[in-house]
Amino acid sequence: MFNFETVLDLPLIWFILIGTAIFLYVLLDGFDLGVGILFPFAPTDQCRDRMMNSIAPFWDANETWLVLGGGGLFAAFPLAYAILMPALYIPVIFMLLGLIFRGVAFEFRFKEVRSRRLWDYSFHFGSLLAALMQGMILGAFVRGFQVEGRSFAGGSLDWLNAYSLMTGIALIFGYALLGATWLIMKTEGVTQEWARRSSSYVLAYVGLFLVIVSISMPIINADVKSLWFSMPTFSYLLPMPLITIFLFLFIWRDLHDGSEYRPFFLSLLVFLMAYIGLAVSLWPWMVPFSLTFRQAAAAGTSQSLLLVGTVILLPLILTYTAFCYYLFRGKASHEDAY
Amino acid sequence: MIENLDPVLLARIQFAFTISFHILFPAFTIGLASWLAVLEWRWIATGKPSYAQTYRMWVKIFAVTFGMGVVSGVVMSFQFGTNWAAFSDKAANVLGPLLGYEVLTAFFLEASFLGVMLFGWNRVSRRMHFASTIIVAAGTLLSAFWILSANSWMQTPQGYRIGDAGLVHPVNWLEVIFSPSFPYRFVHMVTAAYLTTAFVVAGIGAFYLVCGRHVKCARIMFGMAMIMAVFVAPLQLFLGDQHGLNTLKYQPAKVAAMEGLWETTKGAPLNLFGWPDQEAEKTRYAIEVPKLSSLILTHDLNGEVVGLKAWPKGDRPPVWIVFWCFRIMVGLGVLMILTGLAALLLYFKKRLFEAKWFHYWCMAMTPAGFIAVLAGWCVTEVGRQPYTIYGVMRSSESVSPVLASPIAISVAAFFLTYTFIFGAGSYYILKLIGEGPEAEEEVYGAHGIKEPPLLTDMVSEEGGHHV
Repeated sequence: MFNFETVLDLPLIWFILIGTAIFLYVLLDGFDLGVGILFPFAPTDQCRDRMMNSIAPFWDANETWLVLGGGGLFAAFPLAYAILMPALYIPVIFMLLGLIFRGVAFEFRFKEVRSRRLWDYSFHFGSLLAALMQGMILGAFVRGFQVEGRSFAGGSLDWLNAYSLMTGIALIFGYALLGATWLIMKTEGVTQEWARRSSSYVLAYVGLFLVIVSISMPIINADVKSLWFSMPTFSYLLPMPLITIFLFLFIWRDLHDGSEYRPFFLSLLVFLMAYIGLAVSLWPWMVPFSLTFRQAAAAGTSQSLLLVGTVILLPLILTYTAFCYYLFRGKASHEDAY
Repeated sequence: MIENLDPVLLARIQFAFTISFHILFPAFTIGLASWLAVLEWRWIATGKPSYAQTYRMWVKIFAVTFGMGVVSGVVMSFQFGTNWAAFSDKAANVLGPLLGYEVLTAFFLEASFLGVMLFGWNRVSRRMHFASTIIVAAGTLLSAFWILSANSWMQTPQGYRIGDAGLVHPVNWLEVIFSPSFPYRFVHMVTAAYLTTAFVVAGIGAFYLVCGRHVKCARIMFGMAMIMAVFVAPLQLFLGDQHGLNTLKYQPAKVAAMEGLWETTKGAPLNLFGWPDQEAEKTRYAIEVPKLSSLILTHDLNGEVVGLKAWPKGDRPPVWIVFWCFRIMVGLGVLMILTGLAALLLYFKKRLFEAKWFHYWCMAMTPAGFIAVLAGWCVTEVGRQPYTIYGVMRSSESVSPVLASPIAISVAAFFLTYTFIFGAGSYYILKLIGEGPEAEEEVYGAHGIKEPPLLTDMVSEEGGHHV
């Protein structure tokens, strides 16, 4: 039985790996959920066909990162998984139902003209519901959970409050930004112009919500407050909000000077900044503010076994994911693709 | 009123419903992916366009089925936690890495190369496309490997110890991954998936033959499916028997429930049919074949078979479900074997593609594989009760600290959603079957360029509807 516990800081490695998987999920499914959120607002049916085709080869693999996040949490931090899932029972179930309605739309929509409208709405509301629930899960997460012993001890509606509703709406706009800038990159003509207009509109809201979340986090938790507003941590952390402000300015400029690729990649960076900001604030909690990632970690042997596979397979997965994005590069067509 | 319902029962109903729904799709796509790889190989080897046309028809059905499999599968990766939090906490040290490997080795592979398989016709070479089909097929098998390894460990756990707070710790990974029932379960399930696909393909091929449509492609479908019925259906009987003997060794209570046998008996009879009565501890209205049960299970006419009374009442599975599902599974297996035999006879009489009655019969057998797979899983999962991890952890100790009402709401939501999605999926699959393979031969390589837009009804970018 091999166990790297003595030579490696396994819980830390896994904390970073799971954090990365969830972040990649947010980025990758973020843009295709964003396309779903914007879907009914596109000017024509042909635009919608293009939008759908721009993400059809990728959505399945994108969603797999969510499965890796869920499965990875189960494998590496089972105690956190066993507490968070019951605590977030209702939003998780509704997120899954939303993902079902949008996922099947990819196949069903192109099968028949008569019922296409039905799947347009299924795609839109499914994406909207999934994004809202993910945002609400985030809102509930940063406010912490009631834990007794090894299980969740709160009520089934603890996650539902004005704050989580706000973060839910914030994430909808965040995903819409990713979706809109993705469409600038992957489409042309009418669709692209519309995506450009939508991006600047959405960008303003994203900025607004980012400010609200940044202000509210230190108010909710005293530790977060002392982290961000006392020396010397303040000076280490100061570049992050500054970089974010510059990113917004750059995106705004790129949206108006015709750049096709930069808005999307800069939006990804905005997400990265927000994510790092959250991660720094919530460190080292795995279940805020009850369990650290060390307390929630699985047995060393279990983390070791999966680590071997991850070290070998993750680079491989990233390689063929990159291959797929390369293969389906360029502008999306509006035609039924197969 | 909802508050009075039992959360454990509701959690089990929800889990049973979502997982039964989910297994229908892998059961079909495992076989279909492999068959598509064979079709593409035949097409590349022979250059016959009918292989390509058949492939292109079935790859669409594959995409719809796979899509439904993905979305219902994502649900499963969260339900261990939402419904079985205590189980997740205690068993994750062993099961977590197995499921993690399933995601890493199979899910990403399938999802990424499915994109190439569906949308890559005019973007990659034929060789690369063929490779993608093979990779997707291999992905489905890898996925089956890991998930069945996890399930088998829950059936026949080994290579573990119980640590602090009742947590299970792995001691020997090879023993965990290759638990005693795993090789049998894996082979039995993959074979079942192949047969499920074969009978769906046979039914639809038969439908075209009866109608006299797409005859060239229909002969490929029907002929290849009958090869499976002839050779693989009898093989499955043998594999199932071996699996049963393995179960007798490690989970004798399950076998006793399958047999409806209450008293430990030497020379036990085989109950063909009957009604197991859990309360009265006997099987009513039994039609028995003397000594046959002993012969099958111990290979000795007077061998001893342990009955259900050897276990305390609280340790017995719900007998009638196990008993009847087992008979449904075996009954359908026998019908599949008979179908294969009939096909063989007709083949030698050179009437395989002409005998109408046989085509109608095969159409009726289309769902046989699905029903048999569901019944088989009911046997093995219900037969494991009252345990989640056999002999280690009970279902009642596995449940989440969630109240009955949210679970009841989610049961209703899943039921409505799945009924709607499944209805729509079935409708579109039937539509694809109605359309059949495309006639044009040159479409294959150049597809996506010459095709007119199917759905945009040629609206101009400036006009068109607002949704």
